Amino acid sequence: MLYSSIGYYSLIFGLIISFPIILFSIKNFRNEEVLDYKIITYSFIQLFLVVISFLGLVFSFIYSDFSNETVFNNSHTTKPLFYKISGTWGNHEGSLLLWLVVLTLFIFLFLIKSKDLLKKYRVLTVLYQQIIIIGFFVFLIKSSNPFNYIFPIPEEGLGLNPILQDPALAIHPPVLYLGYVGSSIIFSSALSATTLNYISKTWATHIKNWVLVSWIFLTLGILLGSIWAYYELGWGGFWFWDPVENVSLMPWLALTTLLHCILVLEKRNNLSSWTIILSIATFTLSMCGTFLVRSGILNSVHTFANDPERGLFILIFLFILIFLSLLIFFIFHKSDRRNSSSFFLLSKETSILINNWFMMYFLSVVLIGTVYPIFLDVISSQKISVGPPFYHKLITPFLIPFLIFMAIGPQLKWIKSGLEKKLHLFILFIISLLISFFIVKNLDVNFLINTILIGSAFYLFFITIRDFFLKGFKNIQQNIAHFGFSLLILSILFNNIFSSELITNLKVGESFKSDRFEIIFNDLKKFEEKNYTSFKGNFSIRENEIEDELEPELRVYNQPNIITSEADIKTTFFTDKFITMNTVQNEEYFNIRYQVKPFMLWIWISVLLISLGGLISLFKKKYEK
Amino acid sequence: MYGRKVKLRFLFITLILLSLILSVYLILKSLEENVVYFKSPSDIQFLNEVKNKKIRVGGMVKINSIKISSTEVNFIITDFKNEINVSYTGLIPNLFSEGKGVVAEGYLKDKSFFEATKILAKHDENYMPPEVKAALEEK
Repeated sequence: MLYSSIGYYSLIFGLIISFPIILFSIKNFRNEEVLDYKIITYSFIQLFLVVISFLGLVFSFIYSDFSNETVFNNSHTTKPLFYKISGTWGNHEGSLLLWLVVLTLFIFLFLIKSKDLLKKYRVLTVLYQQIIIIGFFVFLIKSSNPFNYIFPIPEEGLGLNPILQDPALAIHPPVLYLGYVGSSIIFSSALSATTLNYISKTWATHIKNWVLVSWIFLTLGILLGSIWAYYELGWGGFWFWDPVENVSLMPWLALTTLLHCILVLEKRNNLSSWTIILSIATFTLSMCGTFLVRSGILNSVHTFANDPERGLFILIFLFILIFLSLLIFFIFHKSDRRNSSSFFLLSKETSILINNWFMMYFLSVVLIGTVYPIFLDVISSQKISVGPPFYHKLITPFLIPFLIFMAIGPQLKWIKSGLEKKLHLFILFIISLLISFFIVKNLDVNFLINTILIGSAFYLFFITIRDFFLKGFKNIQQNIAHFGFSLLILSILFNNIFSSELITNLKVGESFKSDRFEIIFNDLKKFEEKNYTSFKGNFSIRENEIEDELEPELRVYNQPNIITSEADIKTTFFTDKFITMNTVQNEEYFNIRYQVKPFMLWIWISVLLISLGGLISLFKKKYEK
Repeated sequence: MYGRKVKLRFLFITLILLSLILSVYLILKSLEENVVYFKSPSDIQFLNEVKNKKIRVGGMVKINSIKISSTEVNFIITDFKNEINVSYTGLIPNLFSEGKGVVAEGYLKDKSFFEATKILAKHDENYMPPEVKAALEEK
């Protein structure tokens, strides 16, 4: 009750603070030479109020205050404390409040961190960011208030969807949001720099850190979501090309492209229009993601409520932002003709540019695959879905040149590069192809494409390893990230090729034998836990004299009354053994799925390596200064 | 004659345009091949021909229709007007049960028999796939 009201009123005051910020910013923009300290002070007050508001919601959850509608809908007294807290952002209202916290936090950090930059640029960035902040405030207060009051006060809450009660998913949204919302700073500052014609090397060096921060968080956020889907949803895969996953991949692709573009801008003062467009695109795609996921158009765990009003609001807001940013771009941006001609065919810039085009192609494939079904539904009410084959078919072949350029690009010099002393590039390529040839030869897969694809991935793999030894810590950030990517592609390919599975229905005591495995259902035990009843099955699996014991679990949650299955996964260095058990209509038969998934661990590790590259890049810079 | 720079730029633009056209063509073609249509049991009754193409069928699982053996599950999907028999081998989601909404993906053998390759997982017991809801509301 108390915490709810504190939260609500600080939210209102937070919105009101926006007006003095705008007022002082406009005044300051016109007049003085130095930044008005009041802007920083008021930004801090706004951040403080939003954080208080957020804490108000957190405490309402901790004390299970069911007079608050959000708490009532998403919490329950028997839920463990950890999930009571994570339940704060496990729902629509709370997660938007979290967006707002990050929005205000980032603009405050921006103000502190940009002291030696042009004053007008800083003020204008604050102004653009305030437009976004006000938009979210209004949206939150008007159509998704987290502090709605219910009377009479219910005795007990409805509970949180059990599949969200999971440690990885508890931190997945905040991490992902740091990435999404970080792109808002990139958006505002790119617009402000365009308006002032301030797109320059200095700007690139400064904004690069923000790009890196959002990129690292977005990468880790996607990784967490993927790990969660792997063990919790019980399908045993890490990526399903589900629209909800795609909407997080799209900003990631745009951000990765932007990251490389910024490098060219920083080093060569080139590709400025491209950088601005990508900055706008990244934030727009993040907003689109929020819109598609929250509006109930896509169905998934993320869809909390089907409320057309919310979707409409985000959509209108989104259109205003896109319109505004394009307007600014076309009015203010002067393309720098003096630079655009100094491009040589064989240079680092060219290879970055080529890979940028490939990234844009991947992005458009994902975009079309995600949006087309929605579009078709609206115009013809035909219901369709676009499955993984679509993406595999369109993306896989183009990975080959992509990987090759990724390997060669860093070997070239800026501006102009010759082919002298590049014989090793060619030799390594032949070696990679040969290795891949001997691996693929004995397998029952499409020979040509797999050989070349695995070969190109090995190529990148070897070239990056060679660079580790030759160049050491020079450019280590890029090397680690590219190495991680080659490892990721290799792991995914081998995972795809070598995975095997067995699905059967068994009663307790029965066993099933295929040509490769034998599964024995030993017994089933029942345990009572705090907010669920657990049924643990015990299985023995034999494969070539090796016997494993696995214990998948079924959980019957009390509130809401949902059955979930917890996979049991035995992870080793090279392969995962994965088993799930499901009930069928309370009959004696249990539906058992056993999978052997090689290189799963390496998929996670390689993504961690990729983000480690970003992390090093972020800190190396500061350290060297 | 045009200068070298202009020629280069012209080449560059042509290249971009060509690759753009190529990628759009590839995407659209692949889209056409890989789209999975959603049908209700009644839609299937009105089909002119049974194609060997992957589709999704959605509706309610008919009460008392689930039969399970060690290798497969058989059940009937109904939209209270027409029904279709489904046979399925594979992972069964926990929320799959009689009287609840379901979406099955697979191949149509004839107008009354569907061989499913996948039953789609749902995350919430009150949740009904929008396609199923729309299919049931039409009736």
